Amino acid sequence: MTETSRFGAPSRRAFLKTSLASAALASALPGIAFAQGKVLKVAGIYTVPVEQQWVSRIHIAAVAAQTRGDIEYTYSENTANTDYPRVMREYAEQGYDMIVGEIFGVEQEAREVAADYPDVAFLMGSSFKEDPSIPNLSVFDNYIQDASYLSGIIAGAMSSSGNIGMVGGFPIPEVNRLMHAFMAGAKEMNPDMKFQVSFIGSWFDPPKAKETAYAMIENGADMLYAERFGVSDAAKEKGILAIGNVIDTQSDYPDTVVASAIWHFEPTMDAAIAKVKAGTFTAEDYGLYSFMKEGGCSLAPYGNFDGKIPQDALDLVETRSAAIKDGTFAVEINDEEPKSS
Amino acid sequence: MDLLDILFSAAFWAATVRIASPLIFATMGELICERAGVLNLGIEGIMVAGAFAGWISVWAGLPLWGGVGVALLTGMAFGLLHSILSVPFGLSQHVVGVGITLFATSTTFYTYRVVLPEVSSPPKITAFQPVEIPFLADIPLIGPALFHQTPLTYAAFLLVALTAFVLYRTPLGLAVRAAGESPSAVSAQGLSVTAIRMGAVIVGSGFMAVGGAFLTMSAFDSFFFDMVGGRGWICIALVVFGAWKPGKALLGAILFAAFDALQIRLQQTGIGAIVPYQVFLMLPYILSILALVLMSRRAEVPAALMVPFNKGER
Repeated sequence: MTETSRFGAPSRRAFLKTSLASAALASALPGIAFAQGKVLKVAGIYTVPVEQQWVSRIHIAAVAAQTRGDIEYTYSENTANTDYPRVMREYAEQGYDMIVGEIFGVEQEAREVAADYPDVAFLMGSSFKEDPSIPNLSVFDNYIQDASYLSGIIAGAMSSSGNIGMVGGFPIPEVNRLMHAFMAGAKEMNPDMKFQVSFIGSWFDPPKAKETAYAMIENGADMLYAERFGVSDAAKEKGILAIGNVIDTQSDYPDTVVASAIWHFEPTMDAAIAKVKAGTFTAEDYGLYSFMKEGGCSLAPYGNFDGKIPQDALDLVETRSAAIKDGTFAVEINDEEPKSS
Repeated sequence: MDLLDILFSAAFWAATVRIASPLIFATMGELICERAGVLNLGIEGIMVAGAFAGWISVWAGLPLWGGVGVALLTGMAFGLLHSILSVPFGLSQHVVGVGITLFATSTTFYTYRVVLPEVSSPPKITAFQPVEIPFLADIPLIGPALFHQTPLTYAAFLLVALTAFVLYRTPLGLAVRAAGESPSAVSAQGLSVTAIRMGAVIVGSGFMAVGGAFLTMSAFDSFFFDMVGGRGWICIALVVFGAWKPGKALLGAILFAAFDALQIRLQQTGIGAIVPYQVFLMLPYILSILALVLMSRRAEVPAALMVPFNKGER
């Protein structure tokens, strides 16, 4: 551990390192030690470019933590699932303290890698729960059903045909959960609301998402739930409204996107950083940190639609937001595949 | 909507033609390569590169048709690389093709990141808009389906006619077909099999790239990394489906697109509530395989497909 300079005496940097390490050791709790007090080295591994919707939220939170000086952040983007476990190992071997990413396509292999590097904290987006036998792997997901529910209320109030089209990528838990919450919200305003649900079998095929949305509009939808890119474009072309998901897309579609349910990854990231630093990082489900109560999600500002949304919907959003925050109202979490009604 | 309502709606046929357009470009490209005797598995990657190149050039300020030109040239550049490896060097066309696909996709991402290091979402361009063809667009059902499309779609149909004309009505086409059937006969005529095959691969690859560019410049107005999503592989099958004939390949592309447009709409009918959505997504592929089985019985495979030609070798 001690690094000596060429002249035999410990160098200043090595001395500092050793003392920091021993300070960390002295106060080490069970869990991951050596991290206390220093700037954490964090690596992100993403299967898509960092600007893309879901991943962009993680990236932004990590960059913010780096700007604050809490972490030193680097990332690999557009990593194929077939390469994913290898890249995890590379960062782990390089001595990163925490690795954040998404293992929806490599659930089993990623857990095997994590088990091989018990000193590295893994914070991974996953469809599964934490496993106590791999104490260094925590899971998260965008549990933004609170915001989706509120966006559903707005959609329910703004749809005059009572027919909402929803285009999703794949019916995995996070997608299903948000769709159900959105539908529950829309039904608050119109209990007879009809929903068209389709999955296109791809995350990034905007032409296909757009075609699917066109078909829904032909079939009577006058409001679209834009889970995928391409849907808001169909809405814009056909002159109907849409609701955004995960990111605020109103700037791209100023006359189309009424409201967006946004995910804030910061609470998840910051909680994990704090736990790694305190040496208390262990297998947990960080899903909770995406709840509205924790500041993990919110409804985007109405922007151009200020004053165009019916007052009763705004009132309901107001009361429900307050109730969600003080814990008197909980949006149901339903991970079942949604079906058309 | 039940099945008949769907089949008799102009919107359904318009969607079919839209979905088919990129496939038509790329299928013609692949067909030209294969008629000359070269299987081009670089198609998927070349489409990705074309989708990116066309879109980024328009974003950088070129007019739309300029972007199509850049996509074409990008495809031709990858075609040149493919043809050098597969024709004079005579390397395994499977390995070269898959290699080109991997190379083109990763080069595309690299270029994307160099050009756009910090963006919050891929920028949008003003894509091709539908242009109505006077009088013809007023024909019921067929009018809106065929004559209310973007200029690139019209170009796709023209390309089929052009490909068929060149292949069957010109000496050049005869030479290309002969290079894929009996290269030694071509050589005996004093023509260069190498030049013909390389030319076919280069031109064919250019059309594949335009097929990719359709996605970012007509079907949509921005570039996403996985958006080609296997369309190139479909085109390989469509060439076989079309028995290496442009007209039949066009029919195949339309048929595949129709099944796709149909499954999108069927998901919203009564059966959609019972049948898992994956079955619908599979539908175009399953039906295409069935059609392929029926159609390909009498297909004539170019005799020298995937057979490298070495001049003077017996």
